[in-house]
Amino acid sequence: MNKRQGNIRWRPDWDGFLELVQVLVQRPLRTALSGLGVGWGLFMIIITIGSANGLQNGVSQDLGDRAKNSMFMWTQSTSKAYKGFQRGRPIELTIGDVEYLAANSQTLDAVAPQNQLGGWRGSNNVTRGIKTGAFTVFGEFPAQLKIEARPLRSGRHINDRDIEENRKIAVIGERVREILFTSDENPIGGSVRINGVNFTVVGVFGSLRSGEDAEEDLQSIRIPFTAFNQAFHRGDDVGWLCLLFNESVHADSAAAEVMSILKSRLSIHPDDDRAFGHWTVAKEFEEIQTVFSAIRGVSFVFGGLALLAGIIGIMNIMLITVRERTNELGVRRALGATPGVIIRQIMGETLLLTVLFGLVGAILGVASIEAIDALLESMPAMDGGSFRNPEVSIEIVVQSLAIMIAMGAIAGVLPAFRAVSIRPVEAIRTE
Amino acid sequence: MIELHGIRKSYQSGAQTLEVLKGIDCTINKGELVAIMGSSGSGKSTLLNVLGLLDDFDGGSYHLDGNDMGGLGEKQAARYRSEFLGFVFQSFNLIGYKTALENAALPLYYQGVSRKERQKQALHYLTKVGIADWAEHLPNQMSGGQKQRVAIARALIANPRVILADEPTGALDSVTSDEVMGLLKEINREGITIVVVTHENEIAAQCDRIIRLKDGRIENPQAQHHV
Repeated sequence: MNKRQGNIRWRPDWDGFLELVQVLVQRPLRTALSGLGVGWGLFMIIITIGSANGLQNGVSQDLGDRAKNSMFMWTQSTSKAYKGFQRGRPIELTIGDVEYLAANSQTLDAVAPQNQLGGWRGSNNVTRGIKTGAFTVFGEFPAQLKIEARPLRSGRHINDRDIEENRKIAVIGERVREILFTSDENPIGGSVRINGVNFTVVGVFGSLRSGEDAEEDLQSIRIPFTAFNQAFHRGDDVGWLCLLFNESVHADSAAAEVMSILKSRLSIHPDDDRAFGHWTVAKEFEEIQTVFSAIRGVSFVFGGLALLAGIIGIMNIMLITVRERTNELGVRRALGATPGVIIRQIMGETLLLTVLFGLVGAILGVASIEAIDALLESMPAMDGGSFRNPEVSIEIVVQSLAIMIAMGAIAGVLPAFRAVSIRPVEAIRTE
Repeated sequence: MIELHGIRKSYQSGAQTLEVLKGIDCTINKGELVAIMGSSGSGKSTLLNVLGLLDDFDGGSYHLDGNDMGGLGEKQAARYRSEFLGFVFQSFNLIGYKTALENAALPLYYQGVSRKERQKQALHYLTKVGIADWAEHLPNQMSGGQKQRVAIARALIANPRVILADEPTGALDSVTSDEVMGLLKEINREGITIVVVTHENEIAAQCDRIIRLKDGRIENPQAQHHV
């Protein structure tokens, strides 16, 4: 008669699962409402993290073509009197200064001075026959390409011979080509007039950047630095410097070295911080990284709070459920359910609820992120601005699910122990 | 089958101690059909809860089929309930979202019997209590008499030694009451000991023996085997 005795145990089997499902299905509205909180929490986590990643991808792409160890430097006015010079003296760089810098620096791999003509909303300055356009014209050195990469579409880039021989040649952006040349014309060998001076086109380039930045690149013309200064009467003047420092050196120390060399040559007070302005990609990159880890942290916290609210909601619902089912739980106890079995049942219900709706939230979140991604991809004409490829890694999804399951387990503890604290006799009396 | 010696039970209500059972001595033999009678407050429900291991007792000894039921843990109590005892309640206590078949099969679930075997057994006992046609119905689709038959099938399914019935006909009309009592007597004839708590004389009269409780004591300790 005691042969069944050894079988009194709960098995995590299909049978037990059906038992849980039956309980949840009998109150579909309550189940859905309590699950909604958890689903929403996970949905929010995935959406916010995905969006933060999208923003980061967008901003990274805006910087994309610039070498991380590059620096831009321009001159301003002094803010300290020094060696007989009054403060407020405008500083100007010449090719001689640049050569001195290149010769004396230990940290620089490339020095590329640049000059500029025309620019944003400038007047028409370039003509070809009856076609005209307003473009930004840069005088630059071949080293410029080490700092900002530019894909060649046809022809060639500027080379050292162009610089040495002051050749009047031009490499034009794709948009410039579209405006000044018809689609069946070969621009290579064609002639364009820049501020009244003729230049021969030797190449066409595209852009690695996106949106407005790309538009700016494609509407520019690059000519040799020496030819630029000769044609536009700039003498030895240098507008600003694009520098590439050694990757083993930190951006700050590279900047400090360059400044001190130029300050001593140009008789500027060593502590004068205003004489030069500079901007480094690495510095910018660091700042962006900091901002984005903060954004990710914040989204995790807020998503976590949403998840916590959902979990508390589930715990609350389960407590109500236990109270409502006092009689049923008492009957189950009378029919042979041990306290352990009751605990597992309530814990199981809580976990099933959490996991089920958590998964739904996660799937909807990932689907939404994918949908936004697909939408942005399908409209290349529309500039997503600094928002590109929103995405969540599988690790984030798995982590969120794991956190949620752990929290679901915690949420189940209180209701489960409340359920077994009811003595079977009291439970049956409730009716 | 059941041996009680000096069973005492009291409840603490505020500063007062309410003594409900004041020393119950009683023996119920295997195969007996015994009624426990008494007015409300006499302690009959408490006695049934003690017998059913749904409540513990403060003093005395309780032997069920030779096993000492004193100081059982919840887990052991659950095991004895599962294997030794079947319950029939006044308010049926069926689970509302389970069909008659699932309700009847539930005790076997806690014994780890396979689903298929549970359903087979449940159908067998539903047939035995004459309600197999209602196997797939939910409790709220059934009459009181039908529900009590399901509850009896549920009490029988684990093949218990004792069935404890708390006012089994209390919620039923007289015709249905007779049917349910008829069923219990039939089960009793097959050798299962049955203890019925009731306040109805007609029901008690159908039993082998009546134990009368008054103020927590047995009023008629001499009344043994009067049928």
